[in-house]
Amino acid sequence: MQVDVFRKRRNNALIFFGVLALLTAGAIVVTQYDVEKGFTSLGKAFVWGAANLYPDVKSLAKLPDILAKLRDTVLISVAATSAAAVFSLALALAGSRATRIHRSFTLVARGIASFFRNMPLVAWAMVLMLAFSQSSLTGFLALFMGSFGFLTRAFMETIDEVGDSSVEALKATGAAYLHTIFQAVLPSSLPQIVSWLLFMIETNIRDATLVGFLTGTGIGFSFDVYYKAFNYHAASLVVVVTVLTVLIMETVSNTVRRMIL
Amino acid sequence: MTLLELKNVTKHYSPAVAPALADISFSVNEGEFISVIGPSGSGKTTLLRTINRMVELSGGEITFAGVSISRLRKSELRKLRSKIGMIFQHYNLVDRMSVIENVLHGRLGHKSTLAGILGSYTLAEKEQALRIIQMLGLDEYINKRCDQLSGGQKQRVGIARALVQNPKLILCDEPIASLDPSSAKIIMDYLKNISRDLGITLLVSLHQVDIALKYSDRVIGVNRGTIVFDGKPDELTRERVSEIYGFDAGDLMINLGESEGYAS
Ligand SMILES: Nc1ncnc2c1ncn2[C@@H]1O[C@H](COP(=O)(O)OP(=O)(O)OP(=O)(O)O)[C@@H](O)[C@H]1O
Ligand SMILES: [Mg+2]
Repeated sequence: MQVDVFRKRRNNALIFFGVLALLTAGAIVVTQYDVEKGFTSLGKAFVWGAANLYPDVKSLAKLPDILAKLRDTVLISVAATSAAAVFSLALALAGSRATRIHRSFTLVARGIASFFRNMPLVAWAMVLMLAFSQSSLTGFLALFMGSFGFLTRAFMETIDEVGDSSVEALKATGAAYLHTIFQAVLPSSLPQIVSWLLFMIETNIRDATLVGFLTGTGIGFSFDVYYKAFNYHAASLVVVVTVLTVLIMETVSNTVRRMIL
Repeated sequence: MTLLELKNVTKHYSPAVAPALADISFSVNEGEFISVIGPSGSGKTTLLRTINRMVELSGGEITFAGVSISRLRKSELRKLRSKIGMIFQHYNLVDRMSVIENVLHGRLGHKSTLAGILGSYTLAEKEQALRIIQMLGLDEYINKRCDQLSGGQKQRVGIARALVQNPKLILCDEPIASLDPSSAKIIMDYLKNISRDLGITLLVSLHQVDIALKYSDRVIGVNRGTIVFDGKPDELTRERVSEIYGFDAGDLMINLGESEGYAS
């Protein structure tokens, strides 16, 4: 019996890796990918990057410009995340087990969240560009849509995890629906909700860079401009500044998290 | 005087299975301390919850303080619930909030929407909460978060939250099932005092027959959703206990004669 379990586990592992190897080989054949060239050009890319992609003294002159753009990006990310959080929280409350008004709301809320979350950010940006052309609004809305989907799902799970025991107790005392939300559900789930919010802001600052390429706004646009003008030093300065910002954001949110938990 | 009356109450959770409550009728006088005993799944929780409509009945009629509860509108239902306290096996507190905040939650049934959302209570309400907290010996924990309390302390907060409602009736669903024997005794003693000194009617579901006998004025035994015993503790013989639980009382390892030890 014991031996069987181990043999079964080993066989499962063998099958898993076999299938993985087969898929890899198949993909290489289908896409006619040259493995050897792939690895050698990776090396070349690193060598080129080391030679060109670093900020030099001259590029530092661009710093005030870059910082101004960075500020736009950060503000748009924060604004998009906070706005999305408000709508997400409302939808999550309507869909969570303990707080839903009707059981059918759960499926609807999950469906909406899935749709918004699974649509790639770039696709949102492209679609929105048709309506709002290249503008900050497009960037804001693209981040808003993605965050809305993700946060709804995260908030729903948070509220479900808190459970319905205290909601039930408050209901039994004659408390109104909104009382149970504000006196039981939100106080219990707030630390987790804030934690997700901070995580989303970090993610959005990173993603805003990508969206900025497309929508022609913020730090992404700066990178695009310098890169296309062959000003690799300035472009790399943009990358360094962005990475630093994300790191600072992470530190700040970790501190906040520790304070509220 | 009759406070609560159940007439032919039935509850079907689903048409496919046997009803959780089948044709239950009994009435409760003001000030009575009643224990509800019965095997697991017999319908004790369901019975208690139909009384404040946390579970909707499928048939029959419940009258509380002269009001038929089955066709109340939303605001009337809130009013009904505000007069009935409820105590839970797992306390059901908001763990991240303080003792005083949790106790004041018992006032929400009397609050306007906005006042309740903001958690703004009157001075009189706060003073009342404070008195009850002192009565239950919780003064030193008043500003402590509830997740820092022991089980017995949490249940006392649960009792305080029910008392601050000024209820006529308190429903207790296995209030001591998660507690060690000494905390359980403290809780049962508080419940007894509440019944005796404040004249509040208590309906308590219990797993321990000896405790039910010791504390209550009256015992109701349920089995498969029907009442199989309703009478004074001294009428509850070994044979009747076997009937309630569906097998020999000896197997339950309850010695009906030795329940005195619990008293002192
Ligand atoms: N929400 C529910 N949905 C469907 N069936 C339920 C639900 N709650 C209870 N039941 C069923 O109703 C019957 C009575 O359950 P109830 O919880 O009232 O019993 P109980 O006497 O409180 O049991 P225990 O001593 O284990 O707490 C059981 O058969 C149970 O499976
Ligand atoms: Mg039960």
